[in-house]
Amino acid sequence: MTPLTLTADTTGRAATARRTAWVPTIVLILGALYCLIPIAWVVIAATKDRSELFSTFTFAPGSGFLQNLSDLTDYRDGIFWRWMANSAFYAGFGALLSAAVSAAGGYALGRFAFRGREAIFKMILAGVLVPSVVLAVPQYLLLSKLGMADSYWSMLLPSILSPYGVYLVRIYAAASVPAELMEAARMDGASEWRIFSRIAVPMMMPGLITVFLFQFVGIWNNFLLPYVMLADDEKFPITLGLYTLLAQGASQPALYTLVITGCLLAILPLIGLFLVIQRFWSLDLLSGSVKA
Amino acid sequence: MTSAPLQGSDLIEVGPLADGTGTAQSVRPSRPRPRRRGRSAPYWFLVPTLTLFAAFTVVPIGYAIWLSLHKVQVKGIGLGKGARAQVWNGIGNYTDVLKDSEFGHSVLRAFGYGLIVIPTMLGLALLFALMLDTPKARSAPFARLMIFLPYAVPGIIAALMWGFLYLPDVSPFSYLLDKFGLPQPDLFDGGNLYLSFANIAVWGGTGFNMIVIYTALRAIPPEIYEAARIDGATDLGIALKIKIPIVMPSLVLTFFFSVIATLQVFTEPMALKPLTNGLPSSWSPLMAIYDKAFLQSDIYGASATAVVLALATFVLSFTLLRISDRYTREDRA
Repeated sequence: MTPLTLTADTTGRAATARRTAWVPTIVLILGALYCLIPIAWVVIAATKDRSELFSTFTFAPGSGFLQNLSDLTDYRDGIFWRWMANSAFYAGFGALLSAAVSAAGGYALGRFAFRGREAIFKMILAGVLVPSVVLAVPQYLLLSKLGMADSYWSMLLPSILSPYGVYLVRIYAAASVPAELMEAARMDGASEWRIFSRIAVPMMMPGLITVFLFQFVGIWNNFLLPYVMLADDEKFPITLGLYTLLAQGASQPALYTLVITGCLLAILPLIGLFLVIQRFWSLDLLSGSVKA
Repeated sequence: MTSAPLQGSDLIEVGPLADGTGTAQSVRPSRPRPRRRGRSAPYWFLVPTLTLFAAFTVVPIGYAIWLSLHKVQVKGIGLGKGARAQVWNGIGNYTDVLKDSEFGHSVLRAFGYGLIVIPTMLGLALLFALMLDTPKARSAPFARLMIFLPYAVPGIIAALMWGFLYLPDVSPFSYLLDKFGLPQPDLFDGGNLYLSFANIAVWGGTGFNMIVIYTALRAIPPEIYEAARIDGATDLGIALKIKIPIVMPSLVLTFFFSVIATLQVFTEPMALKPLTNGLPSSWSPLMAIYDKAFLQSDIYGASATAVVLALATFVLSFTLLRISDRYTREDRA
């Protein structure tokens, strides 16, 4: 789990080119600028008040950030913060459950030989190919028959199973939990559950954290599922909340500043999490399927 | 599956996926296991996964197929209890889907959008990955982080931000074009709309694909480059003749996922819809299905459309996998 750095570059390659490689440097900086522009823009635009947004140069900072913040907080008695809390709940709790389910399922598929193992694994992987809307529409209809549509459950339950998470844990369990250790624990009379919870889970922890982070980002960023499932805006996650705010703003451009400030606040936690992921995750895991 | 008659010796740990197809029979040990208990353990560990898979994948798919074969029949004037009944409709909904020009157009739009997004995004991802892999490129770690950063931004928020950047009143691009007295293109209109959507997808997806390709590049042993240099190869020659062929499997994989994502484009056009009048509510296939199910309340037609889209995705996926399989095999030969 070493973070990937260029300093790990082999000396053999570095020795052949002593001068700065300008073409790659310029291409990379242009790429970085392209990726940064919208984020830089949203940071600056969030500081502008309503009139400044339309009148001043777009990359000139304004004077209304605190005002925007308090307007956003006042908007419908602070529903913005409710949306943020909902997103944190859906993503946090959902990713936690997802990591737990993936841990058990991936461990079973990676550490045991049993009848139907490959069939089960392939079936779950095929689930990735099913277009999200093919699932979302009948999921909605079925959940509404159970009286669960437009509830916290309707957002949480469909997000728990992650085929990618199961796949990742399967690889991770097979590589990091030694069979000898499991055998020794069995000899000592440990139950399978105890072996899993006390030996396997701690050893698979880096893989499980990766699953958690991926799932957290995935649920936080999801738009289609809440768009289909939820009607009551008290239960909206931030993505759907900001979308409806913009949809109203189309007739009231005064709401634009709120949407822009909201966008900035909504991406801050994810950018923070992203910096954590950067240090944490293993790119080898990410590309596990590529190298296979 | 738990009903399969298992032997006590069936519970064997397998190596790190070495066998891939390891069945209980093929790894049966020579002596009986000391304990018979625990042989059902893998099934217990799979209970949550399989329950969720059944409840949120298998049952919904089955329900969608069932719905797609039915329709509502209205008796009389459609009032009162029992006036509306679900009746068998056979392939009627499917023939409607195939005749539905609105859905056909949405598929064509998705193809046009994919033709712009996929080559641009994967081309840029490959270019950036190769540049990152160049020795002595300055600020490479910084650029890698920044190019990957959009991955952290929710698609809908990326689309909202770009939407504002496209709005003439607030856009820095319009501002600059105005300063130089150049005409400002309407980014919400006709053909430009494709470029506007494509740009958002390219912005959001390039970094992830770059990392996948870059990781594959890092796995190439440096001795290969040494040998090529002794033979007089240039950096460009090494990139074209060694690096790109070696990362081809990663490119195929990223291409595969991009095609699936293209068929499912939903977020970007949905986000830009409030900012423009020119966008039909069935712009993309997913929007057409949503529109049918929830705005026209035709869940039967919507289900049939969804099943058609799913089948198309499967056919496309397996065709792509087969082509890439043949390609890599010929490559090895």
